[in-house]
Amino acid sequence: MKRSFRILLLLALMAVTAVQVQAQKKNSKIDVAEALKGYFKPVTTPSATPDAEGFIRRWMILEPISKPNPTNRVFTDSYTRENLSVEYFPDQLTVLPKDGDKVKVTMEYQPPVNLSSNRPAARPQQDQPKFVKATLTWHALDSDHFFVKLFRFATGLDKDRYGVIFWTVTVINCEEDIENVRLAVGSNKAARWWVNGEEVLLLAGDRHMGVDSAVSDRVTLKKGKNILRGVTMNGPGMSEFCARFIDDTGKPVTGYTITCN
Amino acid sequence: MKKTALSGLTALTALFLSIVASAQIGSPYIHDPSTVVECDGKYYTFGTGSGGLISEDGWNWHSGGVRPGGGVAPDAIKIGDRYLVVYSTGNGSGLRYSSHVYAMWNKTLDPESPDFEYSEPMDLGGSNGYEDCDGIDPGLMMGPDGRLWLVYGTYFGYLRIRELDPKTAQPISEPVDVALSCEAGEMTYNDGWYYLLATHGTCCSGVNSTYEIIVGRSKSPTGPYVDNVGRDMIHGGGKLVLASEPRRIGAGHFGRFIVGKGIEKMSFHFEGDLDRSGRSVLAIRPLMWKDGWPVAGEPFENGEYSLVSERRGYALELAVNNVPMAGGMRGFNRNGDDNVVALEDQKLEDVIGTWPEGEISLRIGPELFRPHQAWEITEVPELGGFIGGAYCKITIAGTGRALAATAGKEIVTVPEFTGAPEQLWRIDRLTDGTYRIMPKSVPGTDEELVLVSVADSTPSLGVFNPDSDNSKWNLLKH
Repeated sequence: MKRSFRILLLLALMAVTAVQVQAQKKNSKIDVAEALKGYFKPVTTPSATPDAEGFIRRWMILEPISKPNPTNRVFTDSYTRENLSVEYFPDQLTVLPKDGDKVKVTMEYQPPVNLSSNRPAARPQQDQPKFVKATLTWHALDSDHFFVKLFRFATGLDKDRYGVIFWTVTVINCEEDIENVRLAVGSNKAARWWVNGEEVLLLAGDRHMGVDSAVSDRVTLKKGKNILRGVTMNGPGMSEFCARFIDDTGKPVTGYTITCN
Repeated sequence: MKKTALSGLTALTALFLSIVASAQIGSPYIHDPSTVVECDGKYYTFGTGSGGLISEDGWNWHSGGVRPGGGVAPDAIKIGDRYLVVYSTGNGSGLRYSSHVYAMWNKTLDPESPDFEYSEPMDLGGSNGYEDCDGIDPGLMMGPDGRLWLVYGTYFGYLRIRELDPKTAQPISEPVDVALSCEAGEMTYNDGWYYLLATHGTCCSGVNSTYEIIVGRSKSPTGPYVDNVGRDMIHGGGKLVLASEPRRIGAGHFGRFIVGKGIEKMSFHFEGDLDRSGRSVLAIRPLMWKDGWPVAGEPFENGEYSLVSERRGYALELAVNNVPMAGGMRGFNRNGDDNVVALEDQKLEDVIGTWPEGEISLRIGPELFRPHQAWEITEVPELGGFIGGAYCKITIAGTGRALAATAGKEIVTVPEFTGAPEQLWRIDRLTDGTYRIMPKSVPGTDEELVLVSVADSTPSLGVFNPDSDNSKWNLLKH
């Protein structure tokens, strides 16, 4: 009798727990502000300006697209160009998304990795990659730092963080043409960057993020909207970038505002 | 078959020569070496895992160092009459980037000594696994004011610096973030500046590693550390010190070893040595300082050189008759219609018959690139070495005539090189880029004497003075 009661009690507890877990799963929407605390804040103002050193901190960032890269050795020029040219979602080189917009992508599957796990292992060569479909969300964010810590963006949102691709875009609003400026980027790791639809930088190799580690040819920021777009791909390490415009003397350009679209 | 065997022997000989010409010999296999430390006349370095390397002379290395605790990337420093060894390992939380630095004291690094006993490891703190720091790769520095500093961290966030009590090694300050996206940090102080040396790039991929040693400097031990173009290392800045050299890839885990005033070495590892199956090896190179920045010297290269005194700019030469070259003054006219032809250099066979056969004394004279001024400098690693290099023989090019120290504390050339200690020369690149040239021994004395210019035209042996150009030489490649 006593034993039967215990079993009944256990079954009841299990049922309650199951319902709670189910409820938690249903209510598992991540609080973005809390999840990205210390690195990003959701955009709450109509526009921003570059910081005192000219770094652009306001960005639309798409949740990471899985692209397993188990080593940093793979980021040759051709690999970078080829893999950052894959069309994952429609109009990816022209779209100006709004916060919360979603895109559907087909991407290579990789086992989940968290902070208690080792970095992703190389897929055995004989294995064919598996592909999965995913719905990813754009987030309008202001970085708390001069750099954009993509790794923490992915970690905070509980997404893949190693071997992933991050699409980022922002809008530079000028009251008049600003000529002879260069886009200066520090990138960890490989990346491609476009200004107003024109590719201005291809950053290959095992790079770390250093301020102004590569700059574009001179470009003109035209009066009105200018679209700055970048795509960054990492391997088994951190991922982050910093971007600003500098003039011919290397000084930061700051005379513009920044919006998400 | 015979030809094949001969070719194989030739290839093996070439391989041996290529190894010994520019790398430590023995079994210098190590990853993430600690700064080389001297203890009771021997040299020690510890690596990731357990144990380390020992060398009697700083040139021939073999396993045998003992360090408990395992973990990764240790460092070591002598403080007073004790040695402090730090290393790092996970703290048991299971999180990949949750790591702590541990410290142990020992009275000696010699595992054969009766005094050899490590203290219990002390936890110096590290990272919790969630923050932008990975508490590994510790480096130690004793500042000029007697303050002890610890730096740690990897590409996973920031390098951090905190002060330790030099008596106990316990932390006495909170950590300060000083650099981003680098690892294997080591601090050092030189001429009013604190320097933070670290590595950018990826380790642990053998010959495909991209490790490179970079540096920033600061007037304060806690930064900001800024590179040569004004970039803070916390913004990813860093001036390159060394990435790779021919046949050796991926320099990392810098350590500074001061032999004496004006003579310094940097110890580190190459991630992949192409002459040693791509294995990670200990490397020791000259450390120079130029315009306030550390500069890695190249390994010594065998070849034909003039030995030019820093004092006058004249060259060490045999004291023999200067044999005039063929030809002579062609007049003062500027007639461009003359045939212009290239004249040959004076050759050894043009002059050697005029030289005495026995010992020939030396002098210093204007550099004319003549055979009596042409010195073949060749490492003879089978006859031993010193920290950072093998002893060399210095002979007149094309002959066996060898430079030797004499019992009278002078120098002379003898007709043939015999390998005697007074014919072996230690060549150290100095911190200003010039060279110190020192015989392995001088007959009849235990004094350490070096090649000096006692007058513009007169060489001799004397006590090394790092502040005097009389003690310094330049090697001018022919």
